[in-house]
Amino acid sequence: MPSEEEILDKVRGTLVDALGVDDDEVTPTATLIGDLGAESIDFLDIVFRLEKSFDIKIPRGELFPENLASADAGFVAGGKVTAEGLEELRRKMPHADVESFAKDPVLSRISDLFTVGMIVRFIAARLK
Amino acid sequence: MRWYWIDRFIEFESGKRARSVKNVSLAEEHLHDHFPGFPVMPGSLMIEGMAQTGGILLGEHFGFRYNVILAKVPKVVFHSWACPGDQLIYSAELLDAREEGGSVSVEATVGDRAVATAEIVFAHLKTDDPQFSRIDQKNFVFRMNLLDILTVGKAGSGAPAEVSGVDGRRGEAVE
Repeated sequence: MPSEEEILDKVRGTLVDALGVDDDEVTPTATLIGDLGAESIDFLDIVFRLEKSFDIKIPRGELFPENLASADAGFVAGGKVTAEGLEELRRKMPHADVESFAKDPVLSRISDLFTVGMIVRFIAARLK
Repeated sequence: MRWYWIDRFIEFESGKRARSVKNVSLAEEHLHDHFPGFPVMPGSLMIEGMAQTGGILLGEHFGFRYNVILAKVPKVVFHSWACPGDQLIYSAELLDAREEGGSVSVEATVGDRAVATAEIVFAHLKTDDPQFSRIDQKNFVFRMNLLDILTVGKAGSGAPAEVSGVDGRRGEAVE
């Protein structure tokens, strides 16, 4: 079982290859979309690379859930994620820092849940 | 001009690899502008040929159930030119294939000479996807007419390209 630091190093290499960013930009708190410039299609590329790098299988939607902001389920009201929505996020994304987001759950910030640290925690849980 | 950037498949192993041929001809209009007095196959069109080779390899693996879209070229390196009279061979290997999309690595060669290497990522899109109409059709690796390439006869025999290795594995994830 590799340490979190070792996992971060491999994740960093993956993101450098997939997103063309510099090593030092890939910090645990960096957001994939806001800080590292990832677009939706990059998530598929990142999943392919993580699977190879760590020799694991990542089923669709487990690391990067889809349709997080779907409004039809009552998860969003007035531009904010509702309590039910936050509960759904905790359930779907146990590896993300939902508590920090919950302090100001503005819908437009939802993509900030996708951080480098989130990937590291997901991989660490997988390798246990 | 039709959007075919490969002429024929010469090998096709379902779910694994495929090799195609692109004959570069001075009859192609763009070579007279790229560049005047120095005609070379544009790198962007080589990427298109590599994507058509790899995209059909991926599409065939899933029985052509999905629209395969060229989504991303994470890496491409050009080593040398391809000029009129050259025969480019694109050798594609399927790296990943899953419901959401897939990826291939492709080498382009002329004889023993390396011309380009690339990694290409494809996304799958179903026709009932709400995003379908928003996608520029030019980004589709193939519409069904491109599959004509699979039926182009082999020189001499006139037989279409054989797709080998098709068995119960079709449609499963690539290990």
